[in-house]
Amino acid sequence: MILGKVIGTVVADARVSTMGGQLLRLVQLLDGRTLEPQGGIHVAADVTGAGDGELVMLSSGASARKAGNLRDAPVDLVIIAIIDELAGAAGVIYRPAQRGATA
Amino acid sequence: MILCKVLGTAVSTRKDAQLQGAKMLMVVEVDARGEPLAKGTMIVIDAVGAGRGDVVLVATGSAANNTPQTAHAPVDATAVAIVDTVSSGGQVLYSVGGSI
Repeated sequence: MILGKVIGTVVADARVSTMGGQLLRLVQLLDGRTLEPQGGIHVAADVTGAGDGELVMLSSGASARKAGNLRDAPVDLVIIAIIDELAGAAGVIYRPAQRGATA
Repeated sequence: MILCKVLGTAVSTRKDAQLQGAKMLMVVEVDARGEPLAKGTMIVIDAVGAGRGDVVLVATGSAANNTPQTAHAPVDATAVAIVDTVSSGGQVLYSVGGSI
């Protein structure tokens, strides 16, 4: 899996029937060590209800379609988890303020 | 999935039997504003009736086979939706008809 940040939304009403009403989010892939952009912009289906600015875990390829009810959907990238905390050898790399407060 | 702009179409008469009737689009990957990236073009199967100038959502790998048109076809990239808008932080970055 890879880390990414939700940066927006894609609206596309004309779509293949097998896509259903799947929510489509714009994501920027990130390097987990620095949270700096790594690679380009992608569009991902979302089964978590992630909001703009949240750090998320994405699964790609055929494995990604094991999430939700995406088995027959033409999607190759899916947001499968919202990250509450990311830590490395030097400590916490990422912990959003509001989530940290409730954890 | 990636965002791509349709540049044109490809036509073939001699092709794999599973490609009969499939419409082929030549596309280039674009950024969130619909501006082409400095990358090569690719050919994708059209499953949504897209045309030149449209920004489409392209599914790759085995996901490209999860449409009625491509279920049994030897293809690895399919246009699965026509993008209306791309927005970020409350700002519309791309809108259909706005940047062609």
